[in-house]
Amino acid sequence: MAAEDLATPRDRIAKDLEAVPRRPGSAKPDAIIVADHVTRRFGGMTAVDVHHLEIQRGAITALIGPNGAGKTTLFNLLTGFDRPNSGEWSFDGRPLSQLSAAKVARAGMVRTFQLTKALSRMTVMENMRLGATDQGGERLVPSLFPPLWRHREKEITEQAEELLARFKLDTKRDDFAGSLSGGQRKLLEMARALMTKPSTVMLDEPMAGVNPALTQSLLGHIQDLRDEGMTVLFVEHDMHMVRHISDWVVVMAEGRVVAEGPPTTIMQDEAVVDAYLGAHHDTDLGDDSLLGDDVLDELEAEAEAQEHRTQEDA
Amino acid sequence: MEWTRILINVAGEVFAPATAAYALAAIGLNIHFGMTGLINMGQAGFMLMGAYGFAIATMNGWPVWAAVAAGMAAAAVFAVILGIPTLSLRGDYLAIVTIAAAEIARYTVRSSSLTSITGGNAGIAGNDFKGSFQQLCPLPEGSWSLGPFQYSNCLSNSWWLRIVGWGLVAIGIVLVWRWMKSPWGRVLKGIREDEDAVRSLGKNVYGYKMQALVLGGLFGALGGMIYVLPSAVQADALGRTLTFNVWTILLLGGAATVFGPVLGSILMWTVLMFIKSTLRDMPGGVFSSTQAEAFSWVLVGVTLMLLVIFRPQGILGDRKEVMLDGR
Repeated sequence: MAAEDLATPRDRIAKDLEAVPRRPGSAKPDAIIVADHVTRRFGGMTAVDVHHLEIQRGAITALIGPNGAGKTTLFNLLTGFDRPNSGEWSFDGRPLSQLSAAKVARAGMVRTFQLTKALSRMTVMENMRLGATDQGGERLVPSLFPPLWRHREKEITEQAEELLARFKLDTKRDDFAGSLSGGQRKLLEMARALMTKPSTVMLDEPMAGVNPALTQSLLGHIQDLRDEGMTVLFVEHDMHMVRHISDWVVVMAEGRVVAEGPPTTIMQDEAVVDAYLGAHHDTDLGDDSLLGDDVLDELEAEAEAQEHRTQEDA
Repeated sequence: MEWTRILINVAGEVFAPATAAYALAAIGLNIHFGMTGLINMGQAGFMLMGAYGFAIATMNGWPVWAAVAAGMAAAAVFAVILGIPTLSLRGDYLAIVTIAAAEIARYTVRSSSLTSITGGNAGIAGNDFKGSFQQLCPLPEGSWSLGPFQYSNCLSNSWWLRIVGWGLVAIGIVLVWRWMKSPWGRVLKGIREDEDAVRSLGKNVYGYKMQALVLGGLFGALGGMIYVLPSAVQADALGRTLTFNVWTILLLGGAATVFGPVLGSILMWTVLMFIKSTLRDMPGGVFSSTQAEAFSWVLVGVTLMLLVIFRPQGILGDRKEVMLDGR
């Protein structure tokens, strides 16, 4: 994959987003998802409280934030897997907030899960076929008459074979999905989601539990989705990945959107530093040398000093 | 011991109407549990709906086809009422609700205040509802023997009932075989594995589960009708024990297989009959016939336990498929 191929769509999107103000809830030139006043409370705890959020069409948007920031909850709300206490959002101009998860998927917004949901006791191919749309044989009575759906089944199988080849799972075609490795399951889940021919793909921690060898190929696949014109929204902890592939970053903390901006500058944002990254935002979080004794000592000293200050403040 | 008589008894169980009735109920349960993963602990309730629906409609002068439709409609309504509150909840709730609902149904039909309709505690005598079914019999009057097996052509425990019962089983097998191989069956299988994944792919999971619950219930209802036609309708014969027997049959034959329910039913009743007859005939009268009956049921319980521990996939199931846990 040559660098020039990737450069074009990414540069174009970067240009589109150039003029967007770097603040929470800023308007995008071509928003596909627009959410307003979305709140979700669990008992006394407010998990999500998003005033306004827009997601640019055709871009890769990363949703980051510390644990418990409400990223996955927001994901569940947007995809119909959870119901909000208040708020509404639209997808491609169509109000979506009251729809069931299945209808959201049929509208073109399909998701994957943090804990991969490969259907273990079905083969890889059956998993893929299940993702397909418009299969009349999925209705009770027509299913008894193969001539009614055999033609579509053939098309589905071809579509599935193409995707499996692209995700390098074609040799696993007839294996049970339960026999795949963690990374292969992630790939399968993504490929299965693409069987629905979505316009937006929502990936909940696509890198969790994936071995480093597969990470690179997963990143490539996600970028391919954007280059094909799909919108990608993903939750991730890995800063490398966020910087490497995203076009726009939305930072959540304590249920609210606290900052937005392009990945190159978002780490310098004051709110992000406060909320999430601490004082070491400009250091490489993936750098092993950070685990050296001297750095740890330094960190400990700083933490102590900070604690001291806090106590004095109080 | 009279081995010939014992073996004839055993062989008679292979194609007895009750065996067909259990097979039908297990085919229904296989649609619930094997195909969709719904844990229905009240299959007897669906059989009860079928049996009472058929018998009561017949007593009110309905023709056979309408009475059968009434029994099936009762089971479908029962399924929908159970399904509406429980199918949107997770797995185990359905098990609790179905076992409770089946018991409620049983207590309702045997209550003395409904004696004029359901016959209450005593149930409905065979002669009150068998007439129209027996009139449909195309065979000549009298009885017929096939080797050592002699049954009436049309009355009660008849050849006619065997033909209808096993005919229904055959239809059920063909339908389930088609459904399992179809995209519809694929969606059900996906739901069995992980319903959220299927939901995320745009399928109406609730609707599919409802279809499966109703469909399996309809087979249960047909099983219930065949179950009561040799004798009489009696509420207590349609209770928890019946449900557990149907589960044993399904697990014995193999859940999620096409022939599992039929093989399970045949095996269970022949083996049971073999043990019962052998024990009863033991020299020296070690077992009285009541003791033999009870002891053979103890063995059924032990078999079920051993089966679940050592061969969870049943006789026909694919061990590889069962052992992969849904991580």
